[in-house]
Amino acid sequence: MATTDEVPRIDLSSEIERSRDRRRTSRRGNGIARSQVDKSYPLWFYIPGGVVYLVLFLVPTALSFYFAFTRWTLFKSSFIGFDNFVTFFQEPSLVGALKNTLIYAFLTSSAKVVLGLLLAVLLTAPIIARGYLRSVVFFPVLVSAVGVGLTFQVLLNPTDGLVNRVLAVFGIDGPGWLVDPDLALYSVAAIDIWKGVGLATLIYIAGIVAIPPEYFEAARVDGAGPWHIFRSIILPLSFPATSTVIILSLIGGLRSFDLIWTTTQGGPGFASDVIASVIYKQYQAGFYGLSTAGNVVLFIVVTAIVYPLSRWLNRREVSL
Amino acid sequence: MKPGGLIGGATAVLLSVVVFLVPFAFIVLQAMKGKQEAALLEFSWPQDIQLVQNISEVIKARDYVLIIAFINSTILTIASVTLMVICGSMIAYVLQRRQSRINPLVNGLVLAGLIIPPAVVPTIWVMQALHIFKTMPGLILVELAFGLSFTVLTMRAFIGSIPKELDEAAIIDGAGPIRLFFKVIFPLLRSVIVTIIVVQSVFVFNDFQNPLYFLPGEKNATVQLTLFNFQSQYDTSYNLLFTNILLITIPPLIMYIFFNKRIVAGMTAGAVKG
Repeated sequence: MATTDEVPRIDLSSEIERSRDRRRTSRRGNGIARSQVDKSYPLWFYIPGGVVYLVLFLVPTALSFYFAFTRWTLFKSSFIGFDNFVTFFQEPSLVGALKNTLIYAFLTSSAKVVLGLLLAVLLTAPIIARGYLRSVVFFPVLVSAVGVGLTFQVLLNPTDGLVNRVLAVFGIDGPGWLVDPDLALYSVAAIDIWKGVGLATLIYIAGIVAIPPEYFEAARVDGAGPWHIFRSIILPLSFPATSTVIILSLIGGLRSFDLIWTTTQGGPGFASDVIASVIYKQYQAGFYGLSTAGNVVLFIVVTAIVYPLSRWLNRREVSL
Repeated sequence: MKPGGLIGGATAVLLSVVVFLVPFAFIVLQAMKGKQEAALLEFSWPQDIQLVQNISEVIKARDYVLIIAFINSTILTIASVTLMVICGSMIAYVLQRRQSRINPLVNGLVLAGLIIPPAVVPTIWVMQALHIFKTMPGLILVELAFGLSFTVLTMRAFIGSIPKELDEAAIIDGAGPIRLFFKVIFPLLRSVIVTIIVVQSVFVFNDFQNPLYFLPGEKNATVQLTLFNFQSQYDTSYNLLFTNILLITIPPLIMYIFFNKRIVAGMTAGAVKG
């Protein structure tokens, strides 16, 4: 038996003996010996991805906490203490950007929670054309922000845009959606909701479908109406979906850049500037220290909101 | 079917047409029109259909920059997603299988990658020091670094569902770590790999911010950058602008048609916990 072709040239009998030993240990409960297991899952598997992640993500993040306190030309940096942050919080346009970021993120994520849940309830009910509706609601998620941004720039054109033309038919004088300083930020947020609600809906659908059907049956036997079923079953039991939607859309909303840049570029004036667009503008203008300070502000805003919120949501999820 | 379902469905279909289909129809209609007609921005059927002329004009514009951009975007997408799959699955595998004291640290770093916004200028500074700023390999590695967290999280959950006895059998048969992973485990990850490929390639292909920062300039522009630049250069040629949008939307559309289920699986991971 020692000479079949497939068997590599090793001492078979002792190998079998050893594997019998291993099986014996495994029967004793703990699987193969720990050291043997560890050798099969070597830590160097972390290295290829880890090095790139370290060099291009972690190191720059750490460095940002130094360069944010400098006047910086990429070749030379001189330490100037909190000057960049003082500039950041004294310049009305930059403070406005911080405020806009918060408005934008909370507006888009709450709208995605509410609309996503409602659409998901509708799209899990037995209605006609359900498959078509699911695809059509989801498709904007896959279109690039640039494409969506440029298209809506045209659709929302104050005089010739399709939206205002339709409004004119009903006798409504449509506003300058993206050119009115009081409205621009909300218009971009609305486009963001249009583009992203499909993803929220999809997450909710997955959450609702995972609710065991017995709950619905029991509720129906007890004579619960649709509102009651929604209030007492769907709403609480799709909570994991809610927390996923909130966290994902908050992270996306706070960091959002592509859509704002391709619709208004932060304008008119600074009316729809957010932190991410300020970072880009300061970078373009060559104020690298100030741009990096913006990055640090964004880092603090995102972690200060998302981290405690996700802890809290997780705790609620567990207690359900 | 109950009448409620019929009425609700009909209303929903009507609303969906107005809210979601009209903007896409508008893109297609504009792309079919001539220059003057498109400038009116009307939602109407084109008087004479010029889609083919528009496409050829968009492709020829500025010395075939769109073709070059498509090639660049394809290279970027394929290379970065391939690296994500290989590096990400290796990390997810060891993280899931091995009980180690550094696991909490690795888990923390993975979550950090999902939450923390990348520090732009310091990244450029590091890339300049490594001589990979404004290069395609540099951008590929950036996309890898930024996309790794999502990949690891999705794959780790999947690897957890593969029985450990399989590994033990292979170990007993004398498989080393590399053979165990690439010959035994990796092929079993097929469905989650397809999910990652589809979701991440749509993401990388559509990415605007990272190419804008890390690969500026005409020469290596990606499709999203050329589309954005197109807007300023052809301010009045709405027909060409929308033809460009249409062409760039086709690859994700194809992905969606073929991998509908996989995209849904990847994007809803995390919605159903516990």
